[in-house]
Amino acid sequence: MSRTARPVMYAALVLCALLTMLPFAWGVSGSLRSLDEIRSDPGALLPHHLTFGNFTRLFETQGFGRFVVNSVVVALIVVTGNIVAASAAGYALAKLDFAGRRLAFGAVMAAMMVPFTAVFVTQFVITVDLGLADTLAGIALPGAALPLSVFIMRQYALSVPDELLEAARIDGAGEFRIFFRIFLPLAGPAVATITIMSFLNSWNNFVWPLVVAQSMSTYTLPVGLAATSQAAAHVTDYGLLLAGAIVVMLPVLVLFLFLQRYFVQGVAGTGLR
Amino acid sequence: MTASAVPAAGKATAVPKTAARRASRARRAAVAWLFLAPFALVFLVYTAIPTVAALALSLTDIRGADLRTPFAVDFTGVENYLRLFQDETFVRDILNTALFVAVGVPLTMGIGFTLALALNSGISRLRGVLRTVFFAPVVTNVVAVALIWQYAFHMDGTVNKLLGAVGFAGPNWLDDPNLAMPVVILLGVWRNFGIAMVLFLAGLQAVPRDVYEAAALDGAGRWRQLRYITLPLLLPTTLMVSVLLTVFYLQVFDEPYLLTGGGPLGSTESVALYTYRQFGAGEFGMSSAASFVTLALVTVVSVVQFRLLRSRT
Repeated sequence: MSRTARPVMYAALVLCALLTMLPFAWGVSGSLRSLDEIRSDPGALLPHHLTFGNFTRLFETQGFGRFVVNSVVVALIVVTGNIVAASAAGYALAKLDFAGRRLAFGAVMAAMMVPFTAVFVTQFVITVDLGLADTLAGIALPGAALPLSVFIMRQYALSVPDELLEAARIDGAGEFRIFFRIFLPLAGPAVATITIMSFLNSWNNFVWPLVVAQSMSTYTLPVGLAATSQAAAHVTDYGLLLAGAIVVMLPVLVLFLFLQRYFVQGVAGTGLR
Repeated sequence: MTASAVPAAGKATAVPKTAARRASRARRAAVAWLFLAPFALVFLVYTAIPTVAALALSLTDIRGADLRTPFAVDFTGVENYLRLFQDETFVRDILNTALFVAVGVPLTMGIGFTLALALNSGISRLRGVLRTVFFAPVVTNVVAVALIWQYAFHMDGTVNKLLGAVGFAGPNWLDDPNLAMPVVILLGVWRNFGIAMVLFLAGLQAVPRDVYEAAALDGAGRWRQLRYITLPLLLPTTLMVSVLLTVFYLQVFDEPYLLTGGGPLGSTESVALYTYRQFGAGEFGMSSAASFVTLALVTVVSVVQFRLLRSRT
């Protein structure tokens, strides 16, 4: 690249980066301003007086602590379910030879294609039938075995050499022992990707928890935050809402900074979120 | 324990006996399906059955109150679908969704591709940081982001303050039927261009360096290299990204629901929002029919994509 073009491109890229970050800056700066300040000068870019009052008020707000706990519980169920279901299924699809394998893999691929909007009504009816409406299990279960996780694990398992597993078979190890003792210890990177991916999916999920959670006791963070914002529509306590937004975003952004390789692999590797 | 049975079966295959071989094959399949069981169960309960059931429900007049007495429901054939396409609201929502796709997909891809090209062309020092920044919107929570956008785009918000500083009187973005949709689309683009960028980057890095070197030796400049090497070689990636985003945007729900609630005057209401509203009103039959229109659109897009991919490669 020519000597003049390079600085121009650097400048353009940095400008784009700043534009991309603007919403984050607005959110953080707004959350650190007092209600009075937001009322008197709603559009100011920076707070005149820094205050953490919105955050303390947030955790005094009824239900907010509950939403945090609910989100964590749902995420734990989802992540555990995905690790168990996907590592087992992915291993079987890649490494076991059995009748119906093509069919099973076809089902995984098809499941990735079914749009959520096409099935959430009947998913909800089934959830009601199972007695899981308005429960954390009902919120977590549909995401507890994501086809994308199975796909990621299968692709990873394909790269594990057959000779390794064959050697164990000759030594008399059974399939379960081979899976737990040989395959799983090797599958660390894939398990990491699945963990991150399914956590992200669960933590940011909005529509499904909105459908299943019917009382404040089962609201997850996004649903609780949306409900709070609708309840506050006339007051528009932006300081409080933005503090809530920061609390919802922060854990994922911090994780993302440290583990972005796995985020990118999971989200963009097969292009699903 | 099944674990010890498998190597025994393995040995049996060494001595060809059909019965033993059949037994070992059955045992292998049983073990495999045991591994698949947790996924298969969730898949059956939450994907396979709901998909078939949704099609069935879309052909009935089922309402929320009928959940306890499913046999009181009447089969009405395609009536729900006929009603849908006579419903002005639904037609408007289809057009809104089409607008979201028509503007959102090219914009998202254009930004993603341009950034990928820039990051791939010898920017070494900042590449990691910039990639992180551009991908960050993808992982952020849409509820949180939508709140921030409401704060920034309201009448006296930050956006209008910035516009005021350069001499423009900013409008009331989210309350104007002509301006709400652009803001909603912008939020969708902001949240998704990072995915396009990362996929294009992966595609660009798969192009062998020596192709460019050979072209440079033959006197091809930057533009000709882009036109005759990069773009053709990136065609499969481009198709994949376009289908992915089309499928995303055909189902758009979070952005309009959270930013505008579908308003003002329905100007940002999408098909997914319509589906959700019918569901909320207890009209499960209509809701399922609307959701099957989405499924049909998504399927058509996917099939066209695979056809295109196969014919090109």
